[in-house]
Amino acid sequence: MATLMDRVITSKAAVLEGSRAIAEAVRLCRPQVISAYPITPQTHVVEALAQMVADGALKAEFVNVESEHSAASVVLGASATGARVYTASSSQGIALMSEVLFNIAGLRLPVVLTCANRALSSPLNIWNDQQDSLSVRDAGWVQLYVEDNQEAVDTHLQAYAIAEDRRVLLPTMVCADGFLLTHTYEPVIVPTQEEVDAFLPPYRPQHYLTPDKPLTMGAFADPEYYMESRYLLDRALERSQAVIEDAAQRFNRAFGRHYGGLLDTLHMEGARTAVVAMGSVVATLRDVVSGLRDDGHAVGLVKVRSFRPFPKDALRSALRDVDRVLVLERALSPGGVGILAAEVRAVLQGQPRQPAVSAFVAGLGGRDIPVETLQALIARAQDEAVEQGFADLKAELVEEGDEDES
Amino acid sequence: MKTRVEPAPELLSPGHTACRGCGLLVAARLALQAAGPRVIVANATGCLEITTSKFPQSSWNVPWIHSLFENTAAVASGVEAALKALGRQAEARVIAQAGDGGTADIGLQSLSGMLERGHDVLYICYDNEAYMNTGIQRSSLTPLGARTSTTPPGALSWGEVRTKKDMPAIAAAHGIPYVATASIAYPPDLVKKVKRALGIRGPKYLQVHSSCPLGWGHDSSLSIRVARLAVQTGLYPLYEVINGQLTNVKRLSYRSPVAAYLKPQRRFEHLFKPGGEALLAQVQALANANAAKYGFPPVTEGAEAEDSD
Repeated sequence: MATLMDRVITSKAAVLEGSRAIAEAVRLCRPQVISAYPITPQTHVVEALAQMVADGALKAEFVNVESEHSAASVVLGASATGARVYTASSSQGIALMSEVLFNIAGLRLPVVLTCANRALSSPLNIWNDQQDSLSVRDAGWVQLYVEDNQEAVDTHLQAYAIAEDRRVLLPTMVCADGFLLTHTYEPVIVPTQEEVDAFLPPYRPQHYLTPDKPLTMGAFADPEYYMESRYLLDRALERSQAVIEDAAQRFNRAFGRHYGGLLDTLHMEGARTAVVAMGSVVATLRDVVSGLRDDGHAVGLVKVRSFRPFPKDALRSALRDVDRVLVLERALSPGGVGILAAEVRAVLQGQPRQPAVSAFVAGLGGRDIPVETLQALIARAQDEAVEQGFADLKAELVEEGDEDES
Repeated sequence: MKTRVEPAPELLSPGHTACRGCGLLVAARLALQAAGPRVIVANATGCLEITTSKFPQSSWNVPWIHSLFENTAAVASGVEAALKALGRQAEARVIAQAGDGGTADIGLQSLSGMLERGHDVLYICYDNEAYMNTGIQRSSLTPLGARTSTTPPGALSWGEVRTKKDMPAIAAAHGIPYVATASIAYPPDLVKKVKRALGIRGPKYLQVHSSCPLGWGHDSSLSIRVARLAVQTGLYPLYEVINGQLTNVKRLSYRSPVAAYLKPQRRFEHLFKPGGEALLAQVQALANANAAKYGFPPVTEGAEAEDSD
């Protein structure tokens, strides 16, 4: 059954660049402190926010810092003082702030960050893949991947609701593919301030730095205490699964748009083969999978929206009847067996039905993933189980032809 | 004139795990006493953090946050920005504090950002001249000739070969309203400087010379005396830079030879072995250069008496 809502663009929609649409969403969330450091393709988001602050359209402290490390640190300090905060970055910026990202999660601060997904150097490459956010997989953040610009807008509103929920209190990263979403103009419905205020109440922190009630934040934990602290972080991420679902449902009731909570499915009823993917490639896959269905192929699609927390039960449930799974990876764990694929294989381990899981790395560094490639990969996954292959590898550019290229 | 330090409620409680004779804890306690309870403190990783904040206990009776090693100035910037954004500026003054490594090395970038952006924060560098928390490794504020675990004297080495980075000058070069140096050996002076700094809006930088019996290799009973000798030899001048103008240089009524300061410290013991004379002379030359710059008197040979001023 297709659980997707029809994405009819109404007359209220404006044609906006993805970055601008994200900035509008952030403005509507009324962040009080924003800090960022420029990096392509994140820049248009924070430039738009800076203009809003300059114009008085958004009342916030905008702190122009000297690095991403400091951007993350400024919002850390501001969040600890009780402010709703926002930052955004990409690629090297995410890598540079990774130390702080771990720290923010350990401090349980509900920071919201947009990752305009971009490849990591070397070689230097400013274009899209998801290596940056996936490389901070274990930082302890909620990570939500969006498919189009409307979902990017709507997921930012949900991100604050999730992060600040007292059952969660975790930083949340909204991952939007660089250029493919951030620099693409699409019709987007920008909610009104009244609608957003009703959905997202002001942030009321339980614990924050104030001389009226002195507290110590960031105490160090010796071996007697450290492990429990990490366990509680893990539990909070697990608990956030229900909160992510709640936020999506509540958003649907308020705005009439739904993208799934932890994941979304298309044509999974009766599917023998499932494609699992994250981010903007899902939009292409909707067409590909629907076309294959029309041609009589029992193919379905699973969009992983929440990579952290990983939707273990939801994914097992979605994949319970399939024979074959194709996982598309827009990132690489060199020497490994895929990032998303490893997790998919892990949750299927021990299930009554064990589908054969193929993993393909595709679209690194901004390489296009055309419809024909996706069709070929799906066909291949229906024939055999590929541990890890590379889509559209140019044999003439590598020393020897890769047997796994499709 | 004697200035009495007013007894104040203890904001940095005893029971912490710092070494006997730790100069850093003396300095931090005095600074906090001077600042009073209406502060929010951001603290870098290091001895001060480790000795005072072992979960589930804390020595801090003020709101206090530790994040990482190099980002303290940025965290404090965020605290200050949030107070501003939330209309809570009257609630607290913001203090960032770190050691010399956290300030002059790994934290220099974020400190420069904080100073340049004009945040209303007092940044205090407790300068004990090496990475003491990790076992006495060399920092860019380690003085000429000092032995550290990463600048060990040996057949080919006489310890640290570089002079201290002039961190107060770097801070002042940002055009900030207040820069000062202080020493744990002069508590009224330290207290006065903290109070003065907190009375000024904008970024402030205060560097406090803080002895470390373990790292410097002196008896723990000598912490104050050794720190005082650093000032009295001219090696650690105390001054203020207010709106770019050098002022209030602490005058010396006499000047001790640097040997008086170096000798009680094992980190300098190789300077007094055969072959160490040249390096010893270089350290004396540094003190003499300071004397010329700050108007200190010539060395009074044999002068090691304490000046309690």
